[in-house]
Amino acid sequence: MTLPDSKLTFTADRELFASGSARVADRAAEFLQRIDQYSDLNAFISVSEHAFGSLASDSDERYTSGLQRPLEGLAIALKDNISFKGLRLTCASRILETFEPVFNATVVERLLNSGALIIGKTNMDEFAMGSSSEHSYFGPVKNPLDPQRVPGGSSGGSAVAVAARMCHVALGSDTGGSVRQPAAFCGVVGFKPSYGRISRYGLVAFASSLDQIGIFARSVDDAALVFDVIKGHDPMDSTSVATDTRQSTTQRKGYRVGFLSDEFIDGCDESVRSAYALFREHLISRGAEVSDVSLPNKQTWIPTYFILATAEASSNLARYDGVRYGVRADDTSSDMITATRTAGFGKEVQRRIMLGTYVLSSGYYDAYYKKAQQTRRLIAEAYAEVFNKVDFIAMPTAPTTAFQRGEITDPVQMWLSDLYTVSANIAGIPAISLPFGTDSSGLPIGMQLQGAMFSDEDLLQFSGKLISA
Amino acid sequence: MPVDYEPIIGLEVHAQLKTASKAFCACPATFGSRPNVNTCPICLGHPGALPVLNSNLVNYAVKMGLATNCSIRGTSTFSRKNYFYPDLPKGYQISQYADPICHDGYLTIETLEGEKHVGLTRIHMEEDSGKSIHDLDVDTLVDLNRSGVPLVEIVSEPDIRSAKEAYLYLQQLRQILIYLDICDGNMEEGSLRCDANISVRPKGTAEFGIKTEVKNLNSFRNVEKAIEYEILRQIHVLESGDTVVQHTMMWDASAQQTRIMRTKEHVHDYRYFPEPDLVPVVVTSNTIDELRSELPELPSAKKKRFMEQYGLPAYDSEILSADRNLANYFESACESLRSPGKSSYKLVSNWIMTEHLRIMSDMKISVSELRITPKQTGSLVDAVADGTISNKVAKEIFPELLASDRTATQLIQERGLSQMSDEIVIRNLVREVLEKHADNVRKYKQGKTNLKGFLVGQVIKESGGTANPAMVNVVMQEELDLISMD
Ligand SMILES: [Zn+2]
Repeated sequence: MTLPDSKLTFTADRELFASGSARVADRAAEFLQRIDQYSDLNAFISVSEHAFGSLASDSDERYTSGLQRPLEGLAIALKDNISFKGLRLTCASRILETFEPVFNATVVERLLNSGALIIGKTNMDEFAMGSSSEHSYFGPVKNPLDPQRVPGGSSGGSAVAVAARMCHVALGSDTGGSVRQPAAFCGVVGFKPSYGRISRYGLVAFASSLDQIGIFARSVDDAALVFDVIKGHDPMDSTSVATDTRQSTTQRKGYRVGFLSDEFIDGCDESVRSAYALFREHLISRGAEVSDVSLPNKQTWIPTYFILATAEASSNLARYDGVRYGVRADDTSSDMITATRTAGFGKEVQRRIMLGTYVLSSGYYDAYYKKAQQTRRLIAEAYAEVFNKVDFIAMPTAPTTAFQRGEITDPVQMWLSDLYTVSANIAGIPAISLPFGTDSSGLPIGMQLQGAMFSDEDLLQFSGKLISA
Repeated sequence: MPVDYEPIIGLEVHAQLKTASKAFCACPATFGSRPNVNTCPICLGHPGALPVLNSNLVNYAVKMGLATNCSIRGTSTFSRKNYFYPDLPKGYQISQYADPICHDGYLTIETLEGEKHVGLTRIHMEEDSGKSIHDLDVDTLVDLNRSGVPLVEIVSEPDIRSAKEAYLYLQQLRQILIYLDICDGNMEEGSLRCDANISVRPKGTAEFGIKTEVKNLNSFRNVEKAIEYEILRQIHVLESGDTVVQHTMMWDASAQQTRIMRTKEHVHDYRYFPEPDLVPVVVTSNTIDELRSELPELPSAKKKRFMEQYGLPAYDSEILSADRNLANYFESACESLRSPGKSSYKLVSNWIMTEHLRIMSDMKISVSELRITPKQTGSLVDAVADGTISNKVAKEIFPELLASDRTATQLIQERGLSQMSDEIVIRNLVREVLEKHADNVRKYKQGKTNLKGFLVGQVIKESGGTANPAMVNVVMQEELDLISMD
C-alpha cells in the first residue's frame, strides 16, 4: 500500500469533531474497517470492536455538549505488553496466550480518563525482544510499504497500525529502540521519553532500568498531546518522576544541534548517510545552530545494552512459571516449571534468558554485569558533557531502511541494528525518530534527535517545528 | 591426649514484622486468613505489577538497628535474589545484599561467666515467600497470603560458643523485637525463624573449621537441642578422622537429629543484582533521631532501673522487665499506691510474681488479658501494708478482685473485712475479756505467760475476727501489766 496522507492526524480530526464536520463514531468505524482490510499485515493481536464502538458515540455526545476531554475520540492502539482490563495481555508469547489481566496500566487509566478510545492490542516481538517483529507467537508483522519487509521491532504492530491509519496514535515500549526503529521503518513519528517520565505500572517488564513507554504518531503534535496526558509521577511506579523537573528553555531563539562525524555513521546504508547530511542542511535552514560533536564510547553501547537488558530480563521473566497463571505445560512432569518455560517461550526469549542468567552467575558478575554498569555510567557522562554544548544530538535512527523478512538470521547481526537507539536507553535520555525522506526503493528513513535528561518538552517542541511544512 | 573442641556458632534470624500492610503492596500482612485472600497483582507477581516500598518496613528495621547498637546506612539499596520455587511468585525475592540498612551492631547476653557481646554483622530488609503445602494427598498447594510480608534478617557474627549462648542470644533478640512492638516473636507460628551456622575447632586454634548450616529450628528448645546435637556430631566426625562436609542440614525434631537437606553441589546461585524497580532507600539523620526518640526503654536498661528505683532484687527485676507489658503493669501498680515506698514495691512485685504470673500461666493469657488491674493490685497491697486486712484475707479476696471491677478497698468495705484497729474499742474488749477470765489472768500473773495467746484469741473472737491482732497484742500487754496481784 502507499501510506495515507500524513496530515490525517488526531489534531486535525479533533477540529472536525468539535465543529461537527466529522463524527468520532464514523472515524472509529473507518479504523476498524481498515484493521480488517489490512489484516494481512498482522498488526493486531486483539481488537476491541464492541467497547470501542459504544464509547465512540459517548465521545460524540461530549463533543456535541462541549464537554470533550483532551483526548476525546482519540483512537489509540496499545502494544500487547501494556495491561488493559478489557483484552488479553499476551506479549506475543505462547506462555501468556490466554492471560486476562486484572488491572489497567497507569497509562491506560490516564488515557481513558482523557477520553481516548482503546482500539486494540498490537503484535510485537515476543516480550519485546527483537528488532523486526518476526519473533511473535502470533506470526510476523509485515511492513505496509512492502509486505516482504519487516516493520522493525519490537513494537512493529504499533508502528504499522499508525502508518496504515488503523488508529490515530499507538503506544509501544522502547527498551533499546523498539519505538524509534519501527517508526523509522514505517515512516511515522516515534518518541521515547526520558526514563521515568511515563509510569511503567502495567507495562510488562523486559529490562526495567531501560524500559520506557513510547508514542507512535502521524505528527509530533499528536505525540505531544498524548505525552501531556500520560506523563508524570505515579505512586505505583517508584522510578517515575514528577513532570516539571526541568525548566523549559523554549525562550531561546535558536536551538543548538550537534552532528556526529562521518566515521560515526560509516556502517550505515548510503541512503541513510546522505539523508543525515540533508538533515543537517534542513536544520540549518530552520534556524538551528549546528556544530560537530563526538560521543567517544560507541563501541561499548551494544555490549553494555545486551548485558544489562538480558540480565534484567532473565529475572523479570522468571515469574512465568505456570504456577499461578498463563499456559502450564505437562502437569505430570516432575519439573513443571522447566517444562512450561521450555514450551512457552520462543527461541529468542530463551536465548536472552540464558545470556542474562550467565552474566549474573557467580564468578561472571564482575566481568559482565558490574562492568556493564560502569560503562553505563561512562556513556551517560559522555552524553551529559555533550549536552553542555548543544541542546540536541542528531543521528540516524537505524543504519538501514526496512530489511527483508528472514534476511537477518544471525542474532548478533540483528542486535547490531539497534546501534543508534540503545544509547538513549542506557543514558535514560529522551529521543525521537522523525520521518525524513526515503531510499531509492521508496522506503522511509528516520532521523533521530536526542535531548538531555528530562528535556522531553523541548525536544517535542523543536521536532514539531522541524517537520511542519 | 583427648582434644578439647570449641564450637563456633553464628545465627541468622528472620523476624516477620507487624506492619499493617505487606512490604511492597497494600495487602494486609495479617496471619491466619483463608488461603490466598490477602493477595493482589503485586504480591502475586502479575505481569506489569511493580513494588512500592512500605515506609514502615524501613522504620521498623532502623528501630531494630538502633536497639542493637548498629550503624544505620544513610543510603541502602534493594537487590533481587533469584530462584525458582512455586511459592515465590516473581521468581525472585526482593532483599538487600551489598548494603544492608543496618550493620556492625552487638547484643549483650548474660552468661554464667558474666556479660558477653555478640556482634551483629547486619540487619537487612526483605519480603517473605508464600507457603507450599506438600503433606496432602493432592498436588502441592500454594498459599500466597504470606508472599510479600516484610521481614528483617538479623545476622550475627560467629561469636557464639555454646548452645546455651545461642539460646540466650535468641531470647534477648526476641525480647527486643517484642519490646519494640515490631514482631510478635512467635517461633512456632514462624514469625521468628532461626538458622544456625555451626563449626567446631580444636581449642586454641585460630582457624575456623568447616561449617554446616542447620535450618528449621522452630522453637527455643529445638535451637538448643539441634546445636548441641550438631556440635557433638561434628566432633564425632573429626574424632573418627574424617572431615566435616559443608552441607545444609535440617533439624528433625521427631528423630531428634540433624539431617542433610542440600549438599554443596546443590547450593543455589542466587544471581543477586540491584532491584531496578525500586529507588535507593534514604534514611536521613533527622529520621534516625526521630526513631531513636521513639525507642522504648530496653529490657536490660529497665532491669537496672527497677533495681535502683524500686529497690527490687535482680531476680525480681529480671522477671518483671522480661515482658514490656508486665513491666508496665508493675509500674502502674506502684504508681497507684497510696503509700509508696520500697517495702510496698516489693509487696507489689511479690504479688505479681506469685499470684498474677500463676494465673497467667494457668489460664494461658497475657498481662493485658488479666482481669485484675494494676490499680486493684495496688489497692490490695495498700490494704495489707496499712493493716486494713491481713495477708490471709488478701489472698482470700484476690479471686474476687479478678472477677469484679471493684478495688480491694471497696470489697473490704462491702464485706466488712477490714481489721478493727480502733484502740478504744480494742481496749474495751480487752478489759471485758480480762474480767471474764480473771482466773486465767491470775495464773498468767503467777508465771503462766503463754496464757496471753489464749486471751488475745478471746479478744479476736469477741470482735468477730475483725480486731487487728498486732494491736490486740500490744493493748493486751499494756492491760496485763497494769493489773497488780495483791
Ligand atoms: Zn499484595
